[in-house]
Amino acid sequence: MMSTAPAGATASHSSSSSPDRPHLVRLISIWVVLSAILTPVVYFVWGPHMPPGTMTDISRSQQFDNRVLGTVATPVVLFIWTYFGYVLKYFRGGSSTEDGPPIKGHLAFQTGWLVTTTVVVLSLFVFGTYELVSPNGAGTGSGPNPIWVPAGYSATAKDNKILQVQVIGQQWRWTFRYPGYSGVETTQLEIPANTEIQFNVTSLDVIHSFWAQQLGVKADANPGENNVAFVNSNHTGNFDIKCSELCGTLHGAMISTGTVVSPTDFSSWIANQVQVHAADIPLLPPYALSYLPTPDGGYYDPGQDPVPDTSVPSPSTSASPVPSTSVGGTPAAPAPSS
Amino acid sequence: MTAAVQQSKPLRTGLVIAPLAILAVLAAWMFIWLTHYPPTVQAAPAGPGAVNVTMQTVGAIGTDPHPAWVSYLIQRPDGSWVHSTVLKVPAHSTVHMTIYQYDSGSDLRNPVMNQVQGATDATVNGKPYATWTDVIGHTFTIPQLGVSVPLPGIPDSAKNPCSTPAPCSPSFDHEKVQFSFQTGAAGNYTWQCFVPCGVGYIAGFGGPMATIGYMNGMLQVTA
Repeated sequence: MMSTAPAGATASHSSSSSPDRPHLVRLISIWVVLSAILTPVVYFVWGPHMPPGTMTDISRSQQFDNRVLGTVATPVVLFIWTYFGYVLKYFRGGSSTEDGPPIKGHLAFQTGWLVTTTVVVLSLFVFGTYELVSPNGAGTGSGPNPIWVPAGYSATAKDNKILQVQVIGQQWRWTFRYPGYSGVETTQLEIPANTEIQFNVTSLDVIHSFWAQQLGVKADANPGENNVAFVNSNHTGNFDIKCSELCGTLHGAMISTGTVVSPTDFSSWIANQVQVHAADIPLLPPYALSYLPTPDGGYYDPGQDPVPDTSVPSPSTSASPVPSTSVGGTPAAPAPSS
Repeated sequence: MTAAVQQSKPLRTGLVIAPLAILAVLAAWMFIWLTHYPPTVQAAPAGPGAVNVTMQTVGAIGTDPHPAWVSYLIQRPDGSWVHSTVLKVPAHSTVHMTIYQYDSGSDLRNPVMNQVQGATDATVNGKPYATWTDVIGHTFTIPQLGVSVPLPGIPDSAKNPCSTPAPCSPSFDHEKVQFSFQTGAAGNYTWQCFVPCGVGYIAGFGGPMATIGYMNGMLQVTA
């Protein structure tokens, strides 16, 4: 396009053998200067504040991806903006309605354009693929049998050394089960810091998507399916939980807050949860990696094996039942020992 | 050709105004439809920092546009019942709830909801309870406040179930559930039932379960 000279805009260059060369040099100069200034700004100034933060190994990796992509995109965006701005200023057609001279090919320009864009796109393809694989699936749901797994993982339940947390979506709420702790189910999500976590994500009705924003975890919750995602948090703090799959009227209200605590605090918290819910745990269905509805619409259980958890020292899971009054069909019973 | 397309000035004006008028009517209809909302019911004061809310659940509302839909209703402070699920309560206050449950019960999708959570002094017909293990008619659940209370269903063998259009009177078989919860900070909080009682809809959570004014609602907590 630079080889064209719109009518009415080239009067000062009409006597030159290369009328566009000054424009090209100026345009490239402006672009190079802007890129030299703003590209490092994007990486070093904006980059550390890009989502999803650095709370976990996954989110740190995702932030690095965003920094790299943002940095690579900056010169491209600047070139487009600079070109548009330059053209608007110097290549106005004025009141003339005549067509400009026909566009002719420019081998060097076309070759440079193709080579540059091909190298950029292929580089991003390789980079993106590598980053998706490492670390451990990059926080995405990897299905029931993940390929890229952290140390300690085993597809065999009894050999799996990773802390298991089941994420259950239903219209319109998240609940969480801890199979290593009597299968207690809570409406709060707490996980220990510096501990490998395996989220087993499933749904009781329609498709949801578990998005633990600052953890960098996003995994679809499909009914009847188990979707595994791994994470390891570097430090304590809160994180936002949202549903990222449109799932009905109250999809927007399907939000919650999770907490990363120290392993000691987690042990105390989960022991308390087991104790508080001691009377209710026996009323839950056996822990399974996914559930299917019963004809009456109730909770469902295909009868898969429970997954023991031994990565974090378990508090007493044979907690004494707390005083609880139960009126109804089944009296409250103490929590079973795992 | 030129003569064919020539039109009188009134005709040209009409051709412009008529579509605009149709668009205006459609826009007004859309605006009214989109902003139609069940009435907001202010909770009745019950002393310093406390309010009373009385509601009932019915198996079928009995009135148009969805007479067969299950629904909640709220009682105004003057004693009249209104078909709404939009409540206004003050922030950082105690809400004393009374719910008359006239509907029969079924199974919960997730049994964790059979626990009384985030509420105190929960009673069924005056008897304290922490978990309800029999059939549950509905739940009153505000996920963001951590409040969830199971409402027992009346037995299938009930001799005098409510059979009139809502509201139902206490002369019909019912379960009276009472509990209290704290409101916390100002804001809008959705609440809903977690029993899949939207019969005939996908996963039991369509229809009334997905409609404000029936089995889900809004808790407006005001400063």
